[in-house]
Amino acid sequence: MTAVELAGITKRFPGVVANHDIHLSVRKGTVHALVGENGAGKSTLMKILYGMQKPDEGTIAVNGEQVTFSSPADAIVRGIGMVHQHFMLADNLTVLENVVLGSEKLHGIGSKARRTILDLSKRYGLGVRPDVLVEELGVADRQRVEILKVLYRGARILILDEPTAVLVPQEVDALFDNLRELKAEGLSVIFISHKLGEVLSVADDITVIRRGTTVGTAVPSETTPRQLAELMVGSELPTPETSESTVTDKPVIEVEDLTVLSADSVSTGKGSASLLMDQVERGAVRLVLDHVSFTIHAGEVMGIAGVEGNGQTELIDALIGLKNADAGVIRFTGDDITSWSTRKRREQGIGYIPEDRHRHGLLLESPLWENRILGHVTERPNAKGIWLDIKGAQEDTRRIVEAYDVRTPSIDVTAASLSGGNQQKLIVGREMSHKPRFLIAAHPTRGVDVGAQAAIWDLIRAARREGLAVLLISADLDELIGLSDTLRVIYNGKLVADADPATITPEELGSAMTGAASGHLENEELAEQVELAEQAESPAQTPADAPEDEAR
Amino acid sequence: MKKFDKERLLLAVAGPVIALVVAVALTSVVLLASGKNPFEPYTLMFEQATFSDIQVLIINQASLYYIAALAVAVGFRMNLFNIGVDGQYQLAAMMAAIVGAHAALPAVLQVPLLILTAVLTGAFWAGIAGVLKVTRGVSEVVATIMLNAIATSVIAYLWLPSVFGVKVGNNNTTGEMHKSGWVPGIDVGDAGEIYGLVILAVLLGIGYWVVLNRTRFGFDLRASGASESAAAASGVNPKRMVLTAMLVSGGMAGLAGLPILLGDTHTYSLNFPTGIGFLGIGIALLGRNSPTGIAFAALLWAWLDKASPELDFHGYDKEIAVIMQGLIVIAVVVSYEAVREWGLRRQQRRVGAELAAGNVLGATSDNNTTKEVAGR
Repeated sequence: MTAVELAGITKRFPGVVANHDIHLSVRKGTVHALVGENGAGKSTLMKILYGMQKPDEGTIAVNGEQVTFSSPADAIVRGIGMVHQHFMLADNLTVLENVVLGSEKLHGIGSKARRTILDLSKRYGLGVRPDVLVEELGVADRQRVEILKVLYRGARILILDEPTAVLVPQEVDALFDNLRELKAEGLSVIFISHKLGEVLSVADDITVIRRGTTVGTAVPSETTPRQLAELMVGSELPTPETSESTVTDKPVIEVEDLTVLSADSVSTGKGSASLLMDQVERGAVRLVLDHVSFTIHAGEVMGIAGVEGNGQTELIDALIGLKNADAGVIRFTGDDITSWSTRKRREQGIGYIPEDRHRHGLLLESPLWENRILGHVTERPNAKGIWLDIKGAQEDTRRIVEAYDVRTPSIDVTAASLSGGNQQKLIVGREMSHKPRFLIAAHPTRGVDVGAQAAIWDLIRAARREGLAVLLISADLDELIGLSDTLRVIYNGKLVADADPATITPEELGSAMTGAASGHLENEELAEQVELAEQAESPAQTPADAPEDEAR
Repeated sequence: MKKFDKERLLLAVAGPVIALVVAVALTSVVLLASGKNPFEPYTLMFEQATFSDIQVLIINQASLYYIAALAVAVGFRMNLFNIGVDGQYQLAAMMAAIVGAHAALPAVLQVPLLILTAVLTGAFWAGIAGVLKVTRGVSEVVATIMLNAIATSVIAYLWLPSVFGVKVGNNNTTGEMHKSGWVPGIDVGDAGEIYGLVILAVLLGIGYWVVLNRTRFGFDLRASGASESAAAASGVNPKRMVLTAMLVSGGMAGLAGLPILLGDTHTYSLNFPTGIGFLGIGIALLGRNSPTGIAFAALLWAWLDKASPELDFHGYDKEIAVIMQGLIVIAVVVSYEAVREWGLRRQQRRVGAELAAGNVLGATSDNNTTKEVAGR
C-alpha cells in the first residue's frame, strides 16, 4: 500500500528545470528518506507535494487517489503535513497556543485542545508540555512542537525537511525514536537529509535525487554511506588524504581570558572592570564569553564544537573586532590587537569567512566585483591610494571566479543571483587572495553542495600546509573532526573540553556539547585502535576521513 | 557581458517612467473628477517650457533643488534619512548672509568664505543629529525634524534688530551683503540671468559621483547603505560612517540656498525660499540618488513650479502641479520597490538559465555544469 506516489513530476522555472521526471513511491507506515546534495531539487519536490508549487507535468497520488493541490491547505486536508527546516513558531506564545494557532476550528482553544495535544504527545512519545512558553524551549523541544502541530492537523504523511541539521547526536537519536513511534502507528514519514549516516540508520527506503531527477533507490541494509554518496554526486568521491600534521610551534593567534558580556547590557567602557564584575555577580550582566584562552599555531586548524548560541558568534565577533573584548587580550603574531579596528585586523592578515554570509559576507544586490572589494577596500588590487581600482578589482574577480570555480555567467551579476555554494566559493576566494595568516572559518561549508565542500576543504588544507592558522567553527561534527588538528568544545561561553580529533567520535563530542562531559575527552578503545593502526601504517578507521560520508 | 549592463539601465529607467505615467494618469483623473479637461493643462505647461525666460527660471530654481536633493541622497545612500536639509540650508544661508554683510574681503576670498560658512553651518547643524545618533542612538529622523524647528527659532532670533536683523519696511532681512560676495550671473539676454552658482551645483553633482563611485570612502559609504552588518564586518566603523555621512549631507545642504543668495537676493529675508529641503527628498527619490537622475528630477520639479502659474490664466488651479508632485513621490516609492524586486528575481532566473545553458565564465567547453537553482 503506497501512501504517496509521485510519477513523472517535472517543474520548470524560467530557464531552469528544477525537477525532471521524478518518481517517488512512499509505502505506508515507513520512513522514506529523500537524499541529494544542495540544489538537487529536494525542496522544490517537497513544495510540490505540499501544494506550494504546481508541477508542470506528472501526477501525485495520495493513498492511491490522484490529487491536485493548489495550496498547502489542500495538502493538509489530504493528511500531508510539513515540518520546515526553520521553525515557524511564535516565541511569546505557549506550546498550546502555537499548536492551535490557525486551526482553532478543530478542537477549540481550551481544554479540548489541551486534551488532544496531551493525547497525541503521549501516543507518539513526544513529551510536550502544553503550557510552557516556546521561548523557554530548546531546539529539540521546538522541533517536537512542530511535529505535534502537524499531527494536530490530522497529518498521516509527514514531511521533515532536514530535521537533524540543528540537533546534536543525542537529540537526533531521540528524534529517530519519535519517528519510529510514528511509523509504528501507521504514519508515513518523508525524511529529507543529506547526512547519509543518519539516513541509513532511520530510513526504510531511500530515494536519491541528483540534478533535479531521481537517479535511484536504495535499501539501507544493503548500502554503505559511500555508495550512497557516490549515487548522490554521480561520481567517485575524492578521498581526503590522511592529514599529516603541519602544526608548527609558531603561535599566530593567542587569546587570553577573553571575556565578553551580553550585548543587551550597557557598555560601561574601560576602567570600570570592578564595577562590571559586581554586576556580573549580581546577575545583572551575563557573560557570553567567559575567560576563553587558546593559542593557534601556524599550520594548525583548531576546531570549536558546540551547540549554536553558546558563544561562538561572540568569539568570532571579538576576534574580527566587531565586538570589543570586555576583558582579556588577543595577540596576533605577537602584537596585542585587542584594541585594533576590524579594518586594521583584516589588513594585517586576518581572513574572515562569516557564519552568515548574507549578513556579513556579501552585498547581495551589488555586482560580484564589488563583493570582491568588500572587506579589502584598502588593499591591492582593489585600491590605489584613496581611489578604487575598479579595473584591478574586476580583473581579479575574473581570476577568482576561474580559480575557485564560481559558477556565474558574468562578474556583473548581483551576488544574490548565485547559488549558496557559489557565493561561498567567492567569499573563500576573496579571503584567500589576500594571503591571510589567520583565518576565521565559521561554518565554511554550510549550505554548500558536495563539490564545493570538497573544494573548500582542500583550500583550507592547502593553506594550512603553507602555515595558515585556522579557527574552524562548525555545526558539522564530521567536518570538525576531519579538518581539525585540535578540538575544543564551547559550552555556555566557556571552553569546557578538548579532544584529539584522531580519536574522538561525534557521539562523545556531542555529549560534551550538551555540557554532560568536560575536560579532556578520550575514547580509550579508539585511541588504542589508532595506535595499533598507526603501527601497522594503515589507519583503518580513523574518523579523520569522516567528511567523505558527509556528502552535502 | 553587456547584457547585464543594458538590463541595469532598463531597470533604472523603468522605475521613474512608470511612476511618471501613473502620476500623470492619476492627475488626469483628479482633473476629470473636478469637471475639467484632463489634458489641456499639460499642453499649457509644455508650452511654457518653450519660453526662454521661463527656462531661465526653471534652471535657477532647479539648481537649488539639485543641491538639496544631493544632500538628501548622500544620506539615502547609506540608509540615513536626513529630513533636516530644510533647516540646514536655511540656517546656512542666513549665516552666509550675515557674514557677507559684515565681512568685506576681495571677491576671490569673500565668495569662498561665504561658501565655507554655509558648508560649516549646515554640517554643524546636521552633525548634532549625527552625534546624537552615534552616542545616544537617537534616530536621525526624529533629531533632524526637531532641529528644523529649532532652526526656525534660531533664524527668528538672529533676525532681531538687536542681533543681526535689519528691518526693511515690514520685512526682516540681514542687511545687504557686500558686493564682493555677489556672484555674477550668466547673462542670456532678454531672458534674464542664470545664477553663477549653477556651476557649483554641476560641480557638486560630479563630485558626488566621483566620491561615491571611485573612492574607498564612497565604497564604504555605499556598503554601509547596502548592508550595515556586512559593512561593519568589512571593516567600516559604523559610528564614524554615520557621523561622516551626516556631516557631508549637512555640508551639502548648507549650499542649497547659496545660488539664489549670492546670485539674486543678496540678503536673507522673509522672502527667502523655504521648503526646498523637503522638496529635495522627493527629488532625490525620483532621481534614484544618482546625480543624473536627480538633475532630471530637479528640472522636472522646477518646471512644474514655474509653468503652473500660467494655469491660473486658463481657468485651472495651479495647485494641479502640487498634486502631481505629491502623486509622483507616492508612485515613485511604490514603483521603485516593485521594479527592484522584479529585477532581482529576473536576474536570478537569467543567471540560472545561463548556467543551465553551460554559459559559465571561464569554463572551457565544460557542459557538465550543475543546474543549481539560484538561491538565496
